[in-house]
Amino acid sequence: MKFVFEKRKSTSVPALILVPLISFAVSLVLTALLLAIFGADPFKTYAAMAVGAFGTSHGFAETLVKAIPLMMTGLGVAIAFRLKFWNIGAEGQLTLGGVAAAGVALFMERYFPGRSLLFAALFGGLLAGALWAGIPAILKTTLKVDETLVTLMMNYIAILYSEFLYYGPWRDPKGYGFPGSRMFSANAWLPRIMGRAHVGIWVGIALAIILWLVLKRTRWGFELQIIGASQKAARYQGIAVERNIILAVMLSGALCGLAGAFEITGISHRLQQGLSIGYGYTAIIVAWMSQLNPLAVPFVAIALAGLSVGGDQVQMVMGLPAAMGVVMQGLILFPMLAGSLFTEYRFLVVKPEPRAACPEPSQE
Amino acid sequence: MDFLTSILTITIRAGTSLTIATIGEILTERSGILNLGVEGIMLMGALSAFTAVFYSHSIAIGLLVAIGVGGLLALLHAFLTTTMRANQVVSGLSITLFGTGFSSFLGQRLGPVANNFRLVGLRAERIVPLAPEWVKQIPIISAFFNQDIITYLVYILLPLAWFFLYKTRPGLWLRSVGEDPQTADAMGIDVTKTRYLYTILGGMMIALGGAHLSLSYTPGWSENITGGRGWIVIALVIFSMWNPARAVWGALLFGGINAVQFRLQASGTSIPANFLNMMPYIGTIIVLVVMTWWEALSKKVGAPAALGTSYMREDK
Amino acid sequence: MSETVIPKVEMRGISKSFPGVLANDCVDLMLHRSEVLALLGENGAGKSTLMNVLCGLYRPDKGEIYINGSYADIHSPRDAQKYGIGMVHQNFKLVDSMSVLENIILGLKDEPFIPDFKRVRQRLVDLAAQYHLKVDPNANIWQLSVGEQQRVEILKLLYRNAEILILDEPTAVLTPQESHELSRVVHAMKQEGKSAVFITHKMEEVMEFSDRVMVLRKGKVVAEARTADTTPKELARMMVGREVLFQIEKKPFCPGEVVLELSNIDALGDRGLLALNNVSFQLRAGEILGIAGVAGNGQRELAEVVTGLRRSTKGALRIGNKDMTNKSPLEIIRQGVAHIPQDRSSVGAVGDLSVASNLAMKQYRSRPLAAGIFLLPKRIVDLARALIEKFHIATPSPQTQVKFLSGGNVQKTILAREIGAARTVMVAVYPSRGLDVGATETVRRQLINQRDGGLGVLFFSEDLDELLQVSDRIAVLFEGRIMGIFDADKADIEQIGMLMAGMSKEATA
Repeated sequence: MKFVFEKRKSTSVPALILVPLISFAVSLVLTALLLAIFGADPFKTYAAMAVGAFGTSHGFAETLVKAIPLMMTGLGVAIAFRLKFWNIGAEGQLTLGGVAAAGVALFMERYFPGRSLLFAALFGGLLAGALWAGIPAILKTTLKVDETLVTLMMNYIAILYSEFLYYGPWRDPKGYGFPGSRMFSANAWLPRIMGRAHVGIWVGIALAIILWLVLKRTRWGFELQIIGASQKAARYQGIAVERNIILAVMLSGALCGLAGAFEITGISHRLQQGLSIGYGYTAIIVAWMSQLNPLAVPFVAIALAGLSVGGDQVQMVMGLPAAMGVVMQGLILFPMLAGSLFTEYRFLVVKPEPRAACPEPSQE
Repeated sequence: MDFLTSILTITIRAGTSLTIATIGEILTERSGILNLGVEGIMLMGALSAFTAVFYSHSIAIGLLVAIGVGGLLALLHAFLTTTMRANQVVSGLSITLFGTGFSSFLGQRLGPVANNFRLVGLRAERIVPLAPEWVKQIPIISAFFNQDIITYLVYILLPLAWFFLYKTRPGLWLRSVGEDPQTADAMGIDVTKTRYLYTILGGMMIALGGAHLSLSYTPGWSENITGGRGWIVIALVIFSMWNPARAVWGALLFGGINAVQFRLQASGTSIPANFLNMMPYIGTIIVLVVMTWWEALSKKVGAPAALGTSYMREDK
Repeated sequence: MSETVIPKVEMRGISKSFPGVLANDCVDLMLHRSEVLALLGENGAGKSTLMNVLCGLYRPDKGEIYINGSYADIHSPRDAQKYGIGMVHQNFKLVDSMSVLENIILGLKDEPFIPDFKRVRQRLVDLAAQYHLKVDPNANIWQLSVGEQQRVEILKLLYRNAEILILDEPTAVLTPQESHELSRVVHAMKQEGKSAVFITHKMEEVMEFSDRVMVLRKGKVVAEARTADTTPKELARMMVGREVLFQIEKKPFCPGEVVLELSNIDALGDRGLLALNNVSFQLRAGEILGIAGVAGNGQRELAEVVTGLRRSTKGALRIGNKDMTNKSPLEIIRQGVAHIPQDRSSVGAVGDLSVASNLAMKQYRSRPLAAGIFLLPKRIVDLARALIEKFHIATPSPQTQVKFLSGGNVQKTILAREIGAARTVMVAVYPSRGLDVGATETVRRQLINQRDGGLGVLFFSEDLDELLQVSDRIAVLFEGRIMGIFDADKADIEQIGMLMAGMSKEATA
């Protein structure tokens, strides 16, 4: 008997849906083992997590608060990954988006009266994210510089720059030594819908649908599909590969930048610590769990946000480290990665066939 | 100690973890496997080494535990990318995400009750420099010898890894697997086994680099103790053009940047600390751009041709 | 004569299937000492599969192998090596970035941990002299010509004292002259008591190289004979299973306007070396210009310059009556130039996309497939259905990803799309390579239809017979230069062969 993988005749649709669900289940089991090792009751912990994230209106609102940036950055990362451009700079793009939005809201009130300040701030964030992502995109397409490293290094630079601002020149003199800018005018605040959750959730969902339409139903989306599958083939079809990659990656950065602008205008209303807390990295999990399909992103984002909020709750109720949620998020990816093989291959157990005798060769 | 000697000493000390991890990652990438989990493996290496030393009071046990943990994480990457043919970029990223989260979790869980289960702020035995007192008096030269055992290991590994790769049979096999797995397979070389082997070996060396941080360079455990060094390692691999003998230059360059940054901060410069802290990251980007540009100009290709691709024999 | 009684190799009842294909069906094979066996068959007949089983690359589903009369358990190429079996594959098993010497050592199993580079080099030089296989041991593989690389492959086997050599279509990449040299090498090996299996689909080579011949068709042995007792014509009939009538019907040649003109074009290859050297020719409407030459002499670069994928460093390119020198691929596509590229699985078609998407890839920019910036998926599927039917593309549905199709159907998909886009020029690079007889005929037929419909066709092929049958004129490409252009009906194969090897007209005259 031996085990083999046999290529399927076509991509298996059930596997496409089942693999993320099973991965989620596997990560629950693995985490349960981990919890048991550290002497916590897994069922109680999960119950506490579920109640914490979805059981109360406060908890659910907090889950949405976390889901919004995950959704936006998840969409951004998914677009870049579709082109096999490994943008792991979502964190930096989000940070700079937040910085730019804060800058506009803090210092440009004169030019943008009334509610226009909010739109200016959001646009500022979007633009900053797009430009910041444009740098690695241009380096990649012109000089073939590895984008994974450049986007990642730029995260550190963006975060250090934002720290410089709120510890330094933008620091609120009346902040009692608290590092952060002053709070900006309410004209630049995003309307809230439930607790701290703001209208960004609707924007995120709308963008997911729009992006799906762009990818599946427009000429540009079709070109991106071809580029993502084979750059050589795209070039041969007369598609401007480099220009499209730069545009798509800037779109990816714009979404991450907008996520940062949402955080600033919707949650903190000032630039302060806590803007970059790893959404840009969790976004990679969101994108991959969604199998790079924008329509799946909102669901996955809410699920992962729930894990994270639940993790915080567990810390309060059970005294376990909040990093529990992050560990679980990480643990989802492994079965997910292992499982994607099953969408194109099936697993077979082959029994050795008895050696059949060959028919006597007929005399010609 | 004079200024130059002290700068050089710090440079080498700072470069040690980078160099050993770079050699490890070069071996892994030479087999055709891109492991972007370096940052996560270094973190787990640093955490496990520190924890083991804290409880066992034995450096040797600490290093062994780190090696074991690094090997296990790398085994996971090898399994996902080789047997399950998962995307190497995403698998490596997952290892890093997981390692970052898990080391942070364990850092708040493995400590003694007295410290509220935390590891932060604890002290444990350190790896100390080996050189006898009289050597430490010699200017410049002492910088090379006033180092700990892992640095000495790096001195041995640098030429050894080069010799292994270019002058021995297993070295030839390893290179052929990374360049052209189809051919290697036809030559009777077990591609899968080779990839597993060097991914695990690389992971062990990467974890040792992490251990050097928590046991020697910045003794103790703190979250994200690596501060992006794992990513700099990946840049250093490109910088050394996948040749272990060249790994030392990149690592020294970055060790040097660290040392200069250290010195400037200590001397109370007017440049804000945040900008000084950006130096290694900006340096990495610049080096990367220059190297890529230079490689394109001189038409040299350093990267193993099959890097990042999975291989299966009867794919028809 | 007891040696001849126990055959050196005996394969019994070998069967091997791949998903959807039975590549070998109960095949028996015998090979004796000092014998060259020709394995004859069309593309896809199962020759390569059978030999991959013998050299350990594939495990057979059924069947056994005996070497020198005793059962041989071959699980891997390494096991095959132990039994003295070695194969020169069609795509060479050489590591490009390594030196000749390193490649030789790579395949040795008895070398110590630290190989003795000096000793290996010496033995290599000796062997090279003994068999007239000249190569520089320190050169990197990528620096060598295809012919030289083949020599390295043979040396690799000789170094290991391989007793049984398998050569998989070795002449496909050689000039006629290099082929004759190879035949001398094979004879020399025979003198030393070695045996060889020679895979081919060309009758002349069977005659030139082999002692015995075995014909495979659709995975089965259909005939076996001593070469001396058979004739090329008989072999051809057995191979194809019917009389070969490759005379393709086509309308008389009546060229129209010049649709493509290259004047003094230079272009660089991927390595930055001159790949096209002062290339000039004209292609007229209603004409097929065949490009002959050994692969790697600038064919790919020429096709890429014409289609805008590669910049020319000198000279001018005109399409219709417009100057198109170094215009973008899109602008050239807009002039009605279609292109069947050499690499069909990663350039010509996109495996991860559906058949429908692949068929739409040239026309999605405008009506009827698009309205403004939006695509019209229903129209795309309608178009796909129509083309699938018209070109007999075997696919479960228009939504099936192309990577699940067979090679012939992938090529039909490309052909269907490109014919739809062609208005002035069709560039076809090795369009029938690796296809079965049916698909090959479809491809040739379609190209001729395009010509009859008034297009200029630039047709690249490695197969001289095919070129002579399909083309109206033939240009010979050698090291990036056009060595001469001939009318196909007056062409002299011998002379074309000399030019393919770089010998000028004066030298041949």
